[in-house]
Amino acid sequence: MGNETQPSYLEYQGRHKGLAGWLLSTDHKRIGLLYLYSIVVFFFVAAFLGLLMRIELIAPGKTIMEPQTYNGLFTIHGIIMIFVIVIPGLAAVFGNFFLPILIGARDVAFPKLNLFSWYLYITGAVLGVMSQFMGSGPPDTGWTFYVPYSVESATSVIWALTAAFILGFSSILTGLNFIVTIHRMRAPGMKWFRMPLFPWALYATAWIQVLATPIVGITLLMVIAERVLNIGFFDPALGGDPVLFQHLFWIYSHPAVYIMILPAMGVVTEIFPTFSQKPVFGYGAIVVSSLAIAFVGYFVWGHHMFTSGMSYYARWFFSFLTFIVAVPSAIKVFNWISTMYGGSIDLKPPLLYAISFIFLFMIGGFTGLVLGSLATNVQTHDTAFVVAHFHYIIFGGMGFAFFAGMHYWYPKMFGKMYNNRVANIAWGFNFVGFNLLYFPHFIIGIQGMPRRSYDYLPQFHTGHFLSTIGAFILIAGLLLMLYNFIRAGRRGEKAPANPWHGVTLEWKIPSPPPHENFDEIPEITSRPYFFGSKEKTNQ
Amino acid sequence: MTVHPTHTEHIDSETGKLGMWIFLFTELFLFGGLFLVYAIFRAKYSPEFHHAAEELNAFIGTINTVFLLVSSMTVAGALTAMQKGDRRMTLLLLTVTIMLAGLFMVNKYFEWSHKFEYGIFPGSPVLKNMPHGELLFFGLYYMMTGLHALHVLVGMVLLSINVVKVKAGTVNSERFLMLENSALYWHLVDLIWIFLFPLLYLIT
Repeated sequence: MGNETQPSYLEYQGRHKGLAGWLLSTDHKRIGLLYLYSIVVFFFVAAFLGLLMRIELIAPGKTIMEPQTYNGLFTIHGIIMIFVIVIPGLAAVFGNFFLPILIGARDVAFPKLNLFSWYLYITGAVLGVMSQFMGSGPPDTGWTFYVPYSVESATSVIWALTAAFILGFSSILTGLNFIVTIHRMRAPGMKWFRMPLFPWALYATAWIQVLATPIVGITLLMVIAERVLNIGFFDPALGGDPVLFQHLFWIYSHPAVYIMILPAMGVVTEIFPTFSQKPVFGYGAIVVSSLAIAFVGYFVWGHHMFTSGMSYYARWFFSFLTFIVAVPSAIKVFNWISTMYGGSIDLKPPLLYAISFIFLFMIGGFTGLVLGSLATNVQTHDTAFVVAHFHYIIFGGMGFAFFAGMHYWYPKMFGKMYNNRVANIAWGFNFVGFNLLYFPHFIIGIQGMPRRSYDYLPQFHTGHFLSTIGAFILIAGLLLMLYNFIRAGRRGEKAPANPWHGVTLEWKIPSPPPHENFDEIPEITSRPYFFGSKEKTNQ
Repeated sequence: MTVHPTHTEHIDSETGKLGMWIFLFTELFLFGGLFLVYAIFRAKYSPEFHHAAEELNAFIGTINTVFLLVSSMTVAGALTAMQKGDRRMTLLLLTVTIMLAGLFMVNKYFEWSHKFEYGIFPGSPVLKNMPHGELLFFGLYYMMTGLHALHVLVGMVLLSINVVKVKAGTVNSERFLMLENSALYWHLVDLIWIFLFPLLYLIT
């Protein structure tokens, strides 16, 4: 299907040349790379802030910074990591780049809106970082902006709130774009149940983005109004209710967890069949579980608030639904493992990361159930146990899936092969470093170490010490991985069109893809993921 | 590369409308957050909400409701006229719509400044001495009508752009997606007001 006369999207010269050819491009692939580069930069900024926090915690008492600086660091680390990196993350990078290709389209439905979303995104991201330096000192509320403190704090909270609001708007527009793209732009013959599973995951994600994000938008506006106009919604002294804020905040921010994890699940779902050379096990079950996660995920927000004051029945209800929402996630795990069963497994870096994704995601998931049951929640609430749990989900799940996706699609995106050996070594550093960094938090958390704490009792010293060592190993692994990619971009071997023998549409066009993706829009005649056996393809 | 114009190709109208409808849903959810807060405080402070609502001028509110309802009709008329190819009528009806929106804003301005004269504005000492429920009612009143007024302004800008485009001929009887979407947006602005009006002015 490839055509030698079309230049690749990297070399294409349109109306604008050079840098403007990127900054003003409405090509979904170039926008995907704009997101990638910005996310990599912000990720290393936030990871560096995290490392500083770990260095501070290597021993009790003051190590390198003042308590107020520490408060600023964990706040901005959270804001950047959550709102700038993991919420847009996989959907903005791989979704933009591969969604149109996977469904056989030339671009998303609204290319200009897509570019506009990136500009909103970068505005919000820069504003978020600037909140560290502007006004009256770094915000110190934590990324959750809980009232009444976020209203009383003298630091520049408004900057951070505005940043989060703008980033939310960008996220809504991306979601909207993807929904319409999937509805309207599928290639002829690509019925809903012939779509690959990454687009399905993006579809479920996009609906959450569209339906949940406005709630946090209005909530952040209300906090701004509290601060500027003294409007009283969340202030008990004026008749308001601080718990109301927590409800409104988590009505969005719990579904936001699924905005992060669903695309991650989608990426590994693409990887397992390719590296097992076997059709995905239970296509329908994966589709339905994606949609079920998106749906049930709306109704579990209360499990963040078990100790905030809710009726017994409300707590019972939220706890029950939290257990229910674990079921579709578990179904997916069974699907991935069954996909590998009996396949011809090729343990290349993408699969290595995908398997570690399952491992880490399961630890994160099971400890999520510890937090989701009422009795154990009271014991572990707001401890380092929570920190460990959500880093296992967000970094171990979403982060490792991102690395899996990078290793899987790098040859397609840049047309170059990276060094497998270096990639494997970097994986080793990342995997060991990650577990050493976060696993001790489970233990000291159960023993009573509170989260967001600048200082700690001597009995937690071993855990914190190990954790900081892990942080250094992890950073080393991340830098090695980055180096491997940069080196591949400069001096890597030219990648063939289909280095992993994948069967989805992106592997049927040249690497890197031509500007218009396809010379002729392909005609789809079967379900995806059929390897070799032609007689099965007419289902 | 002019043989591959797809990246700059204009969007077909079904696709454009689907995008707009989804956007309107997000707007409903944005206001939905405020409606939720309203419902909770209404339940908690019923008598005070009752008392505070009586302070609002239901007459001005009714006039404004009429303005918006009529403007919804005229914008729908403008779209129909465009589909039939009647540019003059389209321009006339669009102008009437924008004028009605302007009148709504003028009314709103007087209504707000009247409240300000009595010292009823967020954070004012008068408000702080009121019972909690009334204070929250006025907080909601300013927040909800303020956010709605912002949407009216955005709608006016959108409709004005349409006037320019219709004059320039880039919105015409074959390509009227922009006008159709702007009209949809305007109906949303109207729809939200139809809920705000009884909640704030009528239920006393």
